[in-house]
Amino acid sequence: MAVLQVKPTRMELARLKKRLASSTRGHRLLKDKRDDMIKRFIQLAEKNIELRTRLEEKMKNIYTGFVMAGAYMDEAVLQEALMIPKNRVRCNITGVNIMGVDVPQYRIDYEGGHHQNSYPYGFAFTSQQLDESVNAVNEILPLMFELAETEKTVSLLAEEIEKTRRRVNALEYVQIPALHETVKSITMKLDENERSNLARLMKVKDMMISRRK
Amino acid sequence: MEAKIAVIGDRASVMAFRTVGFDIFEAGTDTQISDLIESLADDRYSVIFITEELVPKKFGTADKYKNNIVPAIIPIPGRFGSMGRGIKIVHENVEKAIGADIFNK
Repeated sequence: MAVLQVKPTRMELARLKKRLASSTRGHRLLKDKRDDMIKRFIQLAEKNIELRTRLEEKMKNIYTGFVMAGAYMDEAVLQEALMIPKNRVRCNITGVNIMGVDVPQYRIDYEGGHHQNSYPYGFAFTSQQLDESVNAVNEILPLMFELAETEKTVSLLAEEIEKTRRRVNALEYVQIPALHETVKSITMKLDENERSNLARLMKVKDMMISRRK
Repeated sequence: MEAKIAVIGDRASVMAFRTVGFDIFEAGTDTQISDLIESLADDRYSVIFITEELVPKKFGTADKYKNNIVPAIIPIPGRFGSMGRGIKIVHENVEKAIGADIFNK
């Protein structure tokens, strides 16, 4: 492991020891954060997969419904019937914090109130299948937003987990060993200096004693 | 924050979402779609549903917004049914976070 390029002085030693202590603490914290995030992530990913499977199933039925509706009526009439929506659906976003990651939370907002049967057309020229399909679309809206919310959260968390893992690894395998090595090498160098100084003093003392004789 | 919702897809697939008042967009090529997503993001759309057929091959633009809270780009199945691309993205995320796709049967 590479030793950091620093001067072997006592001041440097003190500084490095402080850095080593904070790195070790940071490493422990980040490791806990990573483990906890993974725990949350697994739950959310499971939910995400389940929601997506459910949505895909429901959407298949909706498309079939619209095809059926189209078969019962004229294409132009169908287009016209759906041209202008009766109530616009919006959503409200609030940011929520999951383990330091900001994730969105959606709340559906029915502009002009939520009517259960909000067909944007009169019933004269349209088929019953269309009514059912429009209803079905209204019904899956909450599911769609739940999926959007979960999926975004999962992808944001995945990113953050990867980042945290990199940090943990960098600290564990690079930073902390390097600091350890450097502290060790500085300590050894200082000891060595100490010893050579002592040897020199003894030598000088010997010389002085022999000269006095 | 009030948010706008967009749906990108072919006419027949997204017709259904017109009834609930989502804004509908159509686009042809991958570049057009990427440009469209970008302009929608600039236009403060926060949820963009896109049919799986139209999800760009590399999904480059979506990657760009991956770390942003908005927009959320969510693939939904088109009228020909699911192609498995939506679920694949979930599995990719799992693999990225955990290192192995533990949900893959």
